[in-house]
Amino acid sequence: MYVAAKGGEKAIRNAHKLLAKRRRGNENLPSVTLEQIASQLSLAVDRVMAEGSLYDTHLAALAIKQARGDLIEAIFLIRAFRTTLPRFGASQPLDTGEMLVRRRVSATFKDLPGGQLLGPTFDYTHRLLDTSLAVADQAGEVDDEANAAPALSDAVDAASKMPRVTDLIGAEGLIEASPADLGEEPFDITRAPVSFPVDRATRLQTLARGDEGYLLALGYSTQRGYARSHPFVGEIRFGDVEVILDVPELGFPVSIGEVQVTECQMVNQFKGSATEPPQFTRGYGLVFGQCERKAMSMALVERALRWAELGEEPGAPAQDEEFVLSHCDNVQATGFVEHLKLPHYVDFQAELDLVRRMRAEASAKSAADEMKEAAE
Amino acid sequence: MQTQELARGFADPVLEAQGVFRAAMWALSRPGQPQELTVDLVPPAPLSPEAAALALALCDYETPVFLDAALAAERAVADFLRFHTGAPITEDPGEARFAIIASPMELRGFSAFAQGSPDFPDASTTLILQVAGFADHGFMLEGPGIKGRIGFGATPLPGDFPAWMAANRALFPRGIDLLLAGAGQVAGLPRSVAIKGA
Amino acid sequence: MSAMPEISYNFAYLDEQTKRMIRRAILKAIAIPGYQVPFAAREMPMPYGWGTGGVQVTAAVLGPDDVLKVIDQGADDTTNAVAIRGFFEKTAGVATTTATTEASIIQTRHRIPETALTENQILVYQVPIPEPLRFLEPRETETRQLHALAEYGLMHVKLYEDIARHGHIATTYAYPVEVAGRYVMDPSPIPKFDNPKMDDCPALQLFGAGREKRIYAIPPYTSVRSLDFEDHPFKVQRFAKPCALCAATGVYLDEVILDDRGGRMFVCSDTDFCNDRQEQGHRGEMAAPAGEAA
Repeated sequence: MYVAAKGGEKAIRNAHKLLAKRRRGNENLPSVTLEQIASQLSLAVDRVMAEGSLYDTHLAALAIKQARGDLIEAIFLIRAFRTTLPRFGASQPLDTGEMLVRRRVSATFKDLPGGQLLGPTFDYTHRLLDTSLAVADQAGEVDDEANAAPALSDAVDAASKMPRVTDLIGAEGLIEASPADLGEEPFDITRAPVSFPVDRATRLQTLARGDEGYLLALGYSTQRGYARSHPFVGEIRFGDVEVILDVPELGFPVSIGEVQVTECQMVNQFKGSATEPPQFTRGYGLVFGQCERKAMSMALVERALRWAELGEEPGAPAQDEEFVLSHCDNVQATGFVEHLKLPHYVDFQAELDLVRRMRAEASAKSAADEMKEAAE
Repeated sequence: MQTQELARGFADPVLEAQGVFRAAMWALSRPGQPQELTVDLVPPAPLSPEAAALALALCDYETPVFLDAALAAERAVADFLRFHTGAPITEDPGEARFAIIASPMELRGFSAFAQGSPDFPDASTTLILQVAGFADHGFMLEGPGIKGRIGFGATPLPGDFPAWMAANRALFPRGIDLLLAGAGQVAGLPRSVAIKGA
Repeated sequence: MSAMPEISYNFAYLDEQTKRMIRRAILKAIAIPGYQVPFAAREMPMPYGWGTGGVQVTAAVLGPDDVLKVIDQGADDTTNAVAIRGFFEKTAGVATTTATTEASIIQTRHRIPETALTENQILVYQVPIPEPLRFLEPRETETRQLHALAEYGLMHVKLYEDIARHGHIATTYAYPVEVAGRYVMDPSPIPKFDNPKMDDCPALQLFGAGREKRIYAIPPYTSVRSLDFEDHPFKVQRFAKPCALCAATGVYLDEVILDDRGGRMFVCSDTDFCNDRQEQGHRGEMAAPAGEAA
């Protein structure tokens, strides 16, 4: 006698209880607060906001806590919330030239108007584990390194303007102009299905919410000869930018707040033709928060995807628009990879049946062949 | 100056839109078989309550709407649709996702409307045709959604209507789709339907 | 830091604009049987690949009077079916059932119920890869052209290569069909055993692929033909034994491994159908005697 296994409902309930228990961890320790996550794990928060396509540090911190620190799970939580929000319209293009700059480096010029500003960076740190951080600080206390900082201002004076490097070399006509703002509302990949080939807005949006690791690997591949583009970091800047929205009812633009973004302008190999003098080309990366690795990778991949427009030879993975853009979303990717965990026994049964049948036929045939041989 | 009060939309937008959509869905799934459509709207004339309900359920800022001459002549109609749906009103039938036709007898064929492309045949206009009523005779219909063949008729329809439907079928998979809005009912004639003489 | 916003969700989770967008896609899908309508699938509160397409279609169609049944692998009690059913109970408050005959909407993954469907039912399929030509041609730009030109030679070549190599068409599930004489369509990964149920079916069949952002449909009473060859006609799987619990024949069976000595039994994959038969007194060789059934 056989009784089929049941109890999916109960199993799910229990699994979720266990999950909540593991999320809470050791109950003798205080629960981590969203403020702690937002202020001390801010780069994780930035990544969740960038790939979740929703600028809200509080919700991103909540998602990280709820996801037990699994950032792709946190991004997924943010996306599933974001999708239910009403859409009010498109802002004016962000003016990163007007950024309150917190970090700005250029690899193409030693010095330049506004100067190089290292800001809060891991660059040039020695990657030695700092055991002094292992000691929990009380509120109000800071570790030695941070202690030395209070005198330092976090950002340059808003009054001192920092022109973009690409604008400086653009004034001489040495680099292709960035596409003009046509004033049209850009295609919104979250509101309409994408069809290939895509326009620039679609390409940049897709990359901006793409998985950091995936873009890093693809960007890296362009440096190793798969769609080589001779990149120079014209400029990386990170800071605060105003978001300005035209409100038709008011008749004038209003600032609806500030966001922190990282922008990377990659200056790439020049190109000339019979009609156009040689010029540098550009690859562009823009990401919410301080996500420098992502912005740089995005700029490399963006440049590689422009091969047709720039008359280059195709053939490298990073140049394949359908391939790159169709697979860069980690929420889609993780869902489909992980769906292999779901039961597939109906289809597996169909395959089992076919394989058994074909094996039976094959062994019957070889038995028949042997008989025949023996008879001969 | 006289200010006209805007006619109200759905009392329960979520559930009424769902009900109207379901009627339209079954109408297109069962071509030529009118489906019940309960409507509690008093739109500005000559927009009929049934056509108004279909528009409110299906149109929004993503769907340019074309109005025939009879509807376009009444400003209140466009105001009503714009207020309740946010849909842009277009004068170009070729860019309309929906076209509302209050006077079918004035219609001069389907070719001015968006037909979709071979790659994207879904990018075509859906016509919402206001009619007085339906009959189970007039034409014979065959095609997906119909068991065997059935009789169908609606009034008023122009004499060339069967010829237009035949031409539309010949374009398949391109072509327009029709929702016929009659009193308390909606019937569908998708592009997949084959129309034969009486 | 901003204050935590109040979070509340609409009937059936999706906002009204999203529902309208999906509804418009469904109407076009019905008008062009078998054609994959692109739609702007939203992120859902469940992972891509776990039924987001089916859930969006169901959410757009569902009304308060509907009775919903959700199955995965034919069963109502598989974990993902339970999770999706719970989602709609919570967000839409609709009645749910496990009885095929009582349901107005049936959302399914990988099966069509054994009980014949009727005119007032809607079968919503969860679809992972909607493009039947995808494994022959990975590029969307190419497959779109092939559909536009009704150029399906590739598919026939693939099926014929199977016959040459294995003596059989080696596709056992997601077996391609031609809908209403025009579009070649992926029926989702149902076993080909279920393909004949799609043909001339009285119910409306809707297909949702969330990650791939496609919706397609088969209206009621529409011809659905499984691709085949004159010398190799389409055939469905047959099982040597009846269901070990309800003794049904001519149904799709799951294999259950009983021990590590090769012991196995075959039981209905459609749990509702099987339970019904057992309640009617049908007994397979492994079933508890009547009156003792759990």
